[in-house]
Amino acid sequence: MTTLEFTSFIVSIISASTPLLLAASGELVTEKSGVLNLGVEGMMLVGAIAGFATAHATGSAMLGVAAAALAGVAISMLFAVLTLSLLANQIATGLALTIFGHGFAALLGAGYVGIAAPTLPNLDIPGLSTLPVIGPIVFGQNILVYASLAILGTIAWFLRRSHYGLILRAVGDSHDAAHAIGYKVLAIRYAAIGFGGAMAGIAGAYLSLYYSPLWSQDLAAGRGWIALALVVFSAWRPLWLLIGAYLFGGITFLSLYLQGLGVPIPAPFVSALPYIGTVVVLVLISRDRRRIRLNQPACLGKSFHAVA
Amino acid sequence: MMAMGAAGRYPGATPLLHLQGIVKQFPGCRANDDVDLSIAPHEIHALLGENGAGKSTLVKIIYGVMKPDAGSIAWQGKPALIGSPAQARALGIGMVFQHFSLFEALTVTENVALGLTDKADRVGLADRIADISRRYGLPLDPARSVHDLSVGERQRIEIVRCLLQKPKLLIMDEPTSVLTPQEVFHLFATLRRLADEGCSILYISHKLEEIRALCRRATIMRLGKVVAECIPAEKSARELAELMISARLQPQSFAHSIDNQGTPRLVLDRLTIRSNQQFGTDLKDISLSIAAGEILGIAGIAGNGQSELMDALSGEIPAGRPETITLDGMPIGHDGPRDRRRRGCCFLPEERNGHGAVTSMTLAENGFLSGHVRGALQRLGLIDRRRTGEFARAIIKAFDVRTTGPEAEARSLSGGNLQKFLIGREMLQQPTLLMLNQPTWGVDAGAAAAIYEAIVALARNGAAVLIISQDLDEILMLCDRIAVIASGRVSVPIPVRDATIEQIGLQMGGTAMPDHNVKLPETRYAVSA
Repeated sequence: MTTLEFTSFIVSIISASTPLLLAASGELVTEKSGVLNLGVEGMMLVGAIAGFATAHATGSAMLGVAAAALAGVAISMLFAVLTLSLLANQIATGLALTIFGHGFAALLGAGYVGIAAPTLPNLDIPGLSTLPVIGPIVFGQNILVYASLAILGTIAWFLRRSHYGLILRAVGDSHDAAHAIGYKVLAIRYAAIGFGGAMAGIAGAYLSLYYSPLWSQDLAAGRGWIALALVVFSAWRPLWLLIGAYLFGGITFLSLYLQGLGVPIPAPFVSALPYIGTVVVLVLISRDRRRIRLNQPACLGKSFHAVA
Repeated sequence: MMAMGAAGRYPGATPLLHLQGIVKQFPGCRANDDVDLSIAPHEIHALLGENGAGKSTLVKIIYGVMKPDAGSIAWQGKPALIGSPAQARALGIGMVFQHFSLFEALTVTENVALGLTDKADRVGLADRIADISRRYGLPLDPARSVHDLSVGERQRIEIVRCLLQKPKLLIMDEPTSVLTPQEVFHLFATLRRLADEGCSILYISHKLEEIRALCRRATIMRLGKVVAECIPAEKSARELAELMISARLQPQSFAHSIDNQGTPRLVLDRLTIRSNQQFGTDLKDISLSIAAGEILGIAGIAGNGQSELMDALSGEIPAGRPETITLDGMPIGHDGPRDRRRRGCCFLPEERNGHGAVTSMTLAENGFLSGHVRGALQRLGLIDRRRTGEFARAIIKAFDVRTTGPEAEARSLSGGNLQKFLIGREMLQQPTLLMLNQPTWGVDAGAAAAIYEAIVALARNGAAVLIISQDLDEILMLCDRIAVIASGRVSVPIPVRDATIEQIGLQMGGTAMPDHNVKLPETRYAVSA
């Protein structure tokens, strides 16, 4: 493998991992508040088409990202109203959201198939970005790559160190106790779901405006589900989320790479690797109940109904 | 009028908190009906009443969780509106709930921080927690996670959380129900010290001896109304109890049978089981036997293996070898619950909702679930609706269950009423061995007395009875022999009349209890013989 090949290999893995990291970061916050939103895939697709259409109309990819985040928030609020205010089952509603998002995005995107839109720029620092190996890897990535790392760092700090993060974890651990102390459980969960929606939307925009900058209704290709698996894989810890995202991203890319080389490994098997990995990790960590108990939000997936 | 009298007793002192004419109406029930309450500074004031008397509602109104429909609240002489718990805390009202509002996955410090709304309060919090816990004798490690802590330690978190805000009024809701006698003793010392330093305490309980020992004044509620205000030290426990419940108490003296060591019916031989619960307690080497006609009580603090023992006895968890548990000489250690019922065992676990009963099913269906074997409620493998209905009706009648009938959903009943139904369901099956975990949890005094009488009658007719309970008074009153479960081990049963409260308390604390020199006031739990 030449230096150039190695560089492009690493860059490709980072590119493939970033949408997973973005979407999973949002879902991590949502789940830490005690809400399981299985609609990540649907929210990503709606974000992708909203970002694509906006970028096409305005000529600005950054406006497209903003629109994708807003679209993600909007569709996640649909989920929030159904599950938080109307007490619908979170799993069923999340699945419905994915199916709905799939169809809705396809409908919105019908007129955009085969059209080009402006793409998101890569970081370009004169002198640094052209260095061999380090240049493209450290200084020449897409701006959302840096954003995803910064956001994850902020989330890690927020959850562990800040008081509002503590409140968020408390709501996820026992909504009844949080309510008894006087915290607004539903307001906090609305916010957490909205953040998850925004991050899924941005992940979608990354796909449609950079990773494969053409609209197609199969754009997400299961990445929303991998992001969900990632959150469990990381056992709700930000550092492991980062490691997992790059591991899964690497596997995703590897399947393409191996196919390109003509290695006789069936593609479906490689695609299944992230999920097999999640199952293995789940089995391993479930041997240590204490660790799960400390990190898994105890109220995950449970509806909160305040008794007056 | 009562309140004026109260103020008159402390001339010159404005009551710290003064409630007048508080009314709270729920659908179908007036929880508070024109309630007056007045608490003086420095005072430990008892709020006494049965379950459903309206104590909790009144306290929730004081703490801002509920709004009254009518009436006024004055705080230090000035009218006050308490719209939320945060406002109550801002005034200087702290509350320690009966069911702790704690977050298992978080540390002690984090839990306390969640109760502090002011950012300045959270600076150097761990040190201040350590400081307060030292000053008031409430040992606590700020860095530990809550799920590792005992119930007593959890309660201390709640108290420390309140004390950090320097409250003027501390509300304690049934604080001693989960503590060992030694822990109760320490808690009382802390509370007295707080009152001396100027913090009034509203102490909610139905344990009469405790109130007599601790409280300066008492307000007694019944069916939503204040029925009396008195100085508890001047009344006997019996007088207080009669004020508290409407019917006059039957003298409760269940003569303990004397050396009635018949043939053992149930024998446990070195029962050792690993808990299947996440933070459960393993059972270690438990050996005991229960004779026909005997009532054996197992005391202990919650979480020391009671539910695991119950699961092992009911057959939900199979024992290691079949001979570990024998019933009338037959090894039943590997039998499931249904086989054990067929052999004459009946049992009721502690948790009513979802374990003892299926809340979304009707009472008749719940009766069928455990009663179909011994009650012959099946016909050709199908549910015999007519007999099932009759069975449920018989339970409702015999145990005075307040409900609309056998077709009522279990969840529509109050906790105490459902418990009466479930106890009745097991008793009416004429068991030869009855095992109950927390039989009167959440049941009011009148209904508890009825349950006790039924248990005693069953034992006198030759059934063996095992009662697991955290209520020591209940065991001392009801049982022939007592054993203590601590950390999954059960002590050798001794006759109740030979038991001293000090010895039992030490056993309940397990070996981890350092305070061997604590002198307990002997009168506090004196058993009326």
